[in-house]
Amino acid sequence: MNKTRGIKGNTKMQLQLHLMMLPGTILLLLFSILPLFGLLLAFKNYKVTEGFAGVFTSPWYGFQNFKIIFGNHDFLRMLENTLGINLIGNTLNILGAIVFALFINEIANHRLKGFVQTATYMPHFVSWVVFGGIVNVLLSSDGALNMILMSLGWIDKPVSFMGDPKLFWGIAIASNFLKELGWSTILYTAAISGVDQELYEAADLDGASRGQKMWYITLPSIKSTVVIMVIFAVAGIMNNNFDQIYVLQNSFNLEKSEVIDTYIFKTGLQQLQFGIAAAVNIFKSAIALALLLAANKISTKLTDSGLF
Amino acid sequence: MYKIKSAKQKAFHIVLAAVMLLIVAITVYPVWFSLINSFENASEIEKNGFALIWTRRFTLESWEAVLGNSKIITAFLVTLARTVIVTVLQTLITSMFSYGFSKSCLAGKGFYKAIGFLSMYLNGGVIAYFILFNALHIYDSFWVYILPCLFGGFYNVIIYTANFKAIPEALFESAKLDGAGEPTVFFRIVFPLSKPVIGALALFTAVSMWNDYTGTLYFTKTSELQTISYYTLSLIKSSQLASNLASTMSTSSTSSLVTTLSEAAAGYKTIELASMVLSALPLIIIYPFAQKTFEKGMMVGSVKG
Repeated sequence: MNKTRGIKGNTKMQLQLHLMMLPGTILLLLFSILPLFGLLLAFKNYKVTEGFAGVFTSPWYGFQNFKIIFGNHDFLRMLENTLGINLIGNTLNILGAIVFALFINEIANHRLKGFVQTATYMPHFVSWVVFGGIVNVLLSSDGALNMILMSLGWIDKPVSFMGDPKLFWGIAIASNFLKELGWSTILYTAAISGVDQELYEAADLDGASRGQKMWYITLPSIKSTVVIMVIFAVAGIMNNNFDQIYVLQNSFNLEKSEVIDTYIFKTGLQQLQFGIAAAVNIFKSAIALALLLAANKISTKLTDSGLF
Repeated sequence: MYKIKSAKQKAFHIVLAAVMLLIVAITVYPVWFSLINSFENASEIEKNGFALIWTRRFTLESWEAVLGNSKIITAFLVTLARTVIVTVLQTLITSMFSYGFSKSCLAGKGFYKAIGFLSMYLNGGVIAYFILFNALHIYDSFWVYILPCLFGGFYNVIIYTANFKAIPEALFESAKLDGAGEPTVFFRIVFPLSKPVIGALALFTAVSMWNDYTGTLYFTKTSELQTISYYTLSLIKSSQLASNLASTMSTSSTSSLVTTLSEAAAGYKTIELASMVLSALPLIIIYPFAQKTFEKGMMVGSVKG
């Protein structure tokens, strides 16, 4: 080949690049862009029997689906469960991860540090079916927690932890905290390891205490990572972890365990009320998008570090 | 390394180590608990409750029941096939797409950017997928596990692109002077140089495919298509029911039915635990080797942030 190639690239090169991108592009259009028609369903009176074409030919329904949702008392309760579990859970997760990362950083023995990290990362990779299944067994009426509490004499008959709606939020939040504690420190640990060691040495010379060094050197160094984590948490506030909630949910704790995502699954795929499920999905997505943009804007103003 | 200076410092490090080991014990305990009890005799559990530290009456009964169950074996194989096929193809398709996307001279980049970001921030929802998969005739078939998962999502494209852009331009130029086309450059130069990021993202894909159960729950009906996660979930759901039933009944009556029910529940639980351990086993085996790769993958992802 002795053709000269310009910096901009020639037609053959462009063709090759587009061909390499073709499988991905088709998949993206087919499985990400095309399904956006689902947003239409919220405003339609669609029946399952109408098939794919029915998405477009079915009669318009205005805001009727939304009226049905907002008139439903269960919906407010679900919204409360979703927001409650996420708000408390995310706050605790972020704070817990920061504190844990700070103290991991203080471990002087490298092998112990590595061991603590490896062991606490592990539950993140175990599926929610397994982890939630274990939670179910540990907390069942003949489970380990009841056995321990009974032998300590704190309770005289088994508590049905999984069957009590009042305990559900706590169980969901605590089990997620335990599963993700180690793994969520990983970005903070990375940011901390990038801190210039001379700063600590200078602080030592000035007689700074361990707490002062944490507060004035380590914590500021992970500020931008914390900001990003908070933005993600705020944007995800409407998204419950379906995998987790569905495993822990049962007919006895439904009052406190029904969240938006499990409701969409039940109304949509089990009861085939597609319009309602789609309307709930739009409601959820719109709030999530607005929150993401708002959180990003606020953090850019306050701390000069945002997502985009 | 910090120099340990005073007795106060020393005490701090001892307390710190103790607290850390306690946290490790708490996070790892649930997995340990299910492992030891999957080897525990069911009537021992019925009499004295679950083993807490170590198996008391070791038995392989539950494991024999699990491994002798053709349904579980089928589920295991279905999951394995899905994980391998999706991981290989998704990595290939997504990294190739990203290579094209990383080129600043790519024509029509605005189009790719637009569909990419649209896919990141908007989602048609599970109902749309249900209708689409029915229209494509992949609902309730093995293909529903494969086709929709073949593109790794735009987050991965962003991560790949950041890495591909970091490769010095000079490496491409010399290859192109020798007449190599873009595919050759990608497979001979870019792919080998990007092994760390490709390995990390491929591992994340494999883990999420292995652990997924919503694909089965949402889009299949046939029991032959159940994945190991879904099968385990169905065991958990029915034992939840059994133990809730037993506890509600025991408060009202003391019939022999309750004892039979709770005995059956105990035997059921050890099988459930064995199936949970089996489902987590591949991960627990590869985890010690893959841990560094996972960590690297997370760092790679944070470059963008």
